[in-house]
Amino acid sequence: MTREDHVIERGSSPAPDRRTFLRWSAITGGAAGVATVATGCGPTPLGLQAAAPDPDGVAPGREKIVWSACNVNCGSRCPLRLAVVDGTIVRVDPDNTGDNSIGSQQIRACVRGRSIRQRIYSAERLKKPMRRVGPRGGGQWEEISWDEAFTTIATTLRRLIKDHGNESIYINYGTGVLGATVATSWPPSSSAVARLMNCVGGFLNQYNDYSAANIETAVDFHYGGWTTSNSNDDTVNANLVLMFGNNPHETRMSGGGEVFVTQTAKKESGHRVIVFDPRYTDTAMNLADEWVPIRPGTDAALVAGFAHVMITEKLLDQGFLDTYCSGFDEEHMPAGVPAGLSYRSYVLGQGPDEVEKTPEWAAKISGVSAGDIRRLAREIATTERVSINQGWGPQRHANGENQSRAPMLLSNMIGAVGISGGGTGCREGWAGLPMAAFPVLENPIRPVLPVYRWTEAILRGKGMTYRDGIRDSKDVNGNANVTNDVTLDSNIKFIWLYGSNCLVNQHGDINETIKILSDETKCEMIVNIENQMTVSARYSDILLPDVTTAEQVDLSAQQSAGNLGYAIFTDRAIEPMYDSMPVYEQLTGIAEKLGVKQKFTEGRTQEDWVRWIVDESRKTVPGLPSFEQFRKQGIYKTRLEPVIALKDFRDDPKKNPLPTPSGKIEIFSSNLYRMSKDWPMEKGNVITPTPEYFAAREMPGDPLQQRYPLQCIGHHYKARTHSSYGNSPWLKEAHPQMVWVSTVDATDRNIRDGDQVRVFNDRGQLQLPAHVTKRIAPGVISVPQGAWYSPEKPGGLDHGGSVNVLTSLHPTPYAKANGQHSNLVQIERA
Amino acid sequence: MPTFKQIGFYVDQSNCTGCKACQIACKDKHDNPVGVSWRRVAEYTGGSNETDTADGSFRTNVFTYYTSMACNHCADPICVEVCPSTAMHKGENGIVSVDPDICIGCRYCEMACPYSAPQFDAAKGVMTKCDFCADFLAEGRDPACVASCPSRVLDYGEIDDLRAKYGTESGIEPLPDPSITRPNLVITPHRDAQGSGHGTGAVANPEEI
Repeated sequence: MTREDHVIERGSSPAPDRRTFLRWSAITGGAAGVATVATGCGPTPLGLQAAAPDPDGVAPGREKIVWSACNVNCGSRCPLRLAVVDGTIVRVDPDNTGDNSIGSQQIRACVRGRSIRQRIYSAERLKKPMRRVGPRGGGQWEEISWDEAFTTIATTLRRLIKDHGNESIYINYGTGVLGATVATSWPPSSSAVARLMNCVGGFLNQYNDYSAANIETAVDFHYGGWTTSNSNDDTVNANLVLMFGNNPHETRMSGGGEVFVTQTAKKESGHRVIVFDPRYTDTAMNLADEWVPIRPGTDAALVAGFAHVMITEKLLDQGFLDTYCSGFDEEHMPAGVPAGLSYRSYVLGQGPDEVEKTPEWAAKISGVSAGDIRRLAREIATTERVSINQGWGPQRHANGENQSRAPMLLSNMIGAVGISGGGTGCREGWAGLPMAAFPVLENPIRPVLPVYRWTEAILRGKGMTYRDGIRDSKDVNGNANVTNDVTLDSNIKFIWLYGSNCLVNQHGDINETIKILSDETKCEMIVNIENQMTVSARYSDILLPDVTTAEQVDLSAQQSAGNLGYAIFTDRAIEPMYDSMPVYEQLTGIAEKLGVKQKFTEGRTQEDWVRWIVDESRKTVPGLPSFEQFRKQGIYKTRLEPVIALKDFRDDPKKNPLPTPSGKIEIFSSNLYRMSKDWPMEKGNVITPTPEYFAAREMPGDPLQQRYPLQCIGHHYKARTHSSYGNSPWLKEAHPQMVWVSTVDATDRNIRDGDQVRVFNDRGQLQLPAHVTKRIAPGVISVPQGAWYSPEKPGGLDHGGSVNVLTSLHPTPYAKANGQHSNLVQIERA
Repeated sequence: MPTFKQIGFYVDQSNCTGCKACQIACKDKHDNPVGVSWRRVAEYTGGSNETDTADGSFRTNVFTYYTSMACNHCADPICVEVCPSTAMHKGENGIVSVDPDICIGCRYCEMACPYSAPQFDAAKGVMTKCDFCADFLAEGRDPACVASCPSRVLDYGEIDDLRAKYGTESGIEPLPDPSITRPNLVITPHRDAQGSGHGTGAVANPEEI
């Protein structure tokens, strides 16, 4: 699979009367919306829209069903069948095809997708193009015409490209429309925005993503390039399944995706499931037979403890290590490396630190008792066919690269790689249809920025090199960028946002980020294509109102669903609301101002492109129906083979070596060894060639714990996909934003369930209700990530409960990525 | 059009993840506002979770399970019994319904029902409740909640058939003793489920149900 095949992913106002979103066309609109949107330009004239004759010939007052989809970034992809009456969506129906078998299942949308009418008919829809007046983030706007918006953007782009080059133009990470095809927002380099920029010389691209940047870099050095673990449907062949911080029952929640696949596979096979997680998650309470609470960021210590048991009790799959791996022991090290640097030496205290990684050592760090470490290590090593996978929470830590490699190493020690019923220790894989993509032309710009460092690149992008994480677009694999000759030649001067709330809210350290953005001489223009008044929209300069998926014709490619291959035809259910416009049409307008309209469109409308993509896809997906038939049937499904990751390598390692320097699994990475000698290290950062545990910033034992004793993570929450759906009243009611506090820590602080509490550190503070629970490890709190930042004043106390007022911009050692779960904080009653 | 002597719900609690897709599908189908939830999901949590003082490791025996609950269209519907206006009644297929033209919004039924099934709609000034998606049933369709469940834990049908298929359990914490209203409900208990009146845990989300 390619890197793009995997999924990436992120005061309450009174609920509007249901009529404000259910029957918008029957009200003199605008009033409810503008009040919330707080524009500086008064109510938007909208008025009644007369019901147009239905193009499908459906009689007035009669219902028709239109296939659509929920396109957000959860890692699942669900069809939605929209019931439409007189141009208004009146209900969402689930998929009505398929059955309850793995590989042909009905794809039942989760709680979020089922609420989609509250997004489509949200009071916070953007209605007209708007331009900021007053300071950035001040919340004052004036309406402008589409023509003026296009002209302003094109003029500014021309000037900045002339003065600073195309490297000064950045398309920020955005996954709000990830599932679409023509209208896709991720990766930004595959979006229509990229196509436009590639018509005028290109743009500064990024590598990796906020979900998984540390593992995406680390896996290059461990396995040579992106790989997943086996797909979850293959766990029917496993006797034991280990999930490190993997929580599909709250993240990939689709009833056609991993919730369905994991539950059904367990029912069919009876395999045992163990979940390692600081929280007793809904996966742990439902799917798991055993929950092992663990301190955040200490998985590598736990695995070292497992390794100690396996080494000393001779439980390793030594044959696998000798044949397929490099660097586990001193007998299998690359040439030229001093003695004592193998992983085995590290575990046995024969390495530079001379500390033996006994179960007792690991227990003190991880919180898993020495007895449990011994018991679990023996069970893992002596069970036939063990499937090890990880979620991406564990690697969003300040030591995230090693965190991610630890479960990989565990699966190496038991020889589980490349076999059915086993796995690589990475995230679960999934089989997918090779659907064609929207073509975006070539981007000639060579420097590629680590996804988390755009704020840094606004301040001092000019001169950034490989030692800052800059990679070469010719080959972005980590092994190809140990050194390179690429230098970024400009600071970021212009930011495109499309379906992105990563300007403010999903990026780290909101208060620092706002400070950087407030200097309008640095990043000179921020253009935001969006359908809601998001937090990032508030800090943008020009807002271009986008339509929702229900208002345009497109395709949704599938996502993680075991071995079910599928694609969805997402038709236009209703006309574009207000003065909104599909992104493709918006960019066509800007292309015209830039003199590249023909190059951008090739004479095609969006529907023409969808037709073209269906035709192209039929060359690689033979069963895919024609455009007309696909449009009629809405969804195409087919059962695929399970993913057995690295099977070719396992079957014949000589013929199919890994793309690492040694061709083997590099438990000791020779390239990381080189980097540890060459790359400058930010304070607290360490590059280790093997996946050893080190206490990075804000880990247990940090002296900062004297002031901020609690580890604060931000788990994915059922109410939202990152920040998408974060303004849905139904979802806020169903899953209210609360900080999880253990009963022990709450008692110590006289905090009762439901109390308003203040959570704070040196970077910021927020206030929200406490959820006092036994379902989280003592010493750990969790502010579910993605809630919409709502400060009492800029830089002040956040009442929205956005965890990113607490998180750090400090990059991880060599992925130069986000460690957004590494936060020491204090909590007190407000 | 299928008919029932007495219709009932089934919940496979052992596989319920507490996602509330059922609750939202219900709201979406019936256009219910915030504050009116004909289907709700209770979280019940107990056990302990502490830190060993010797080595700082965690010691836990915490348990959690969820119960998705609409109206149980009881055999002894206490809501009907206490209704002073006759608005609340047991009708076709054994479905308990409220007639909004008769309801005076006194909320006695809300106070009496141990399952919180009748829900007051402040904007309408009357009680509302699960009608088993009677219009869908008439079309031969499954109720919205049943069709929505990502984990396939909800089912419905003739209550005698459900009991023959899934057993007769319906007395699980935090639900009341079934002898009070004789709910037309069958539950496959979660591995950690505790019997009504014998619980050692507590409802963890009282504001949400």
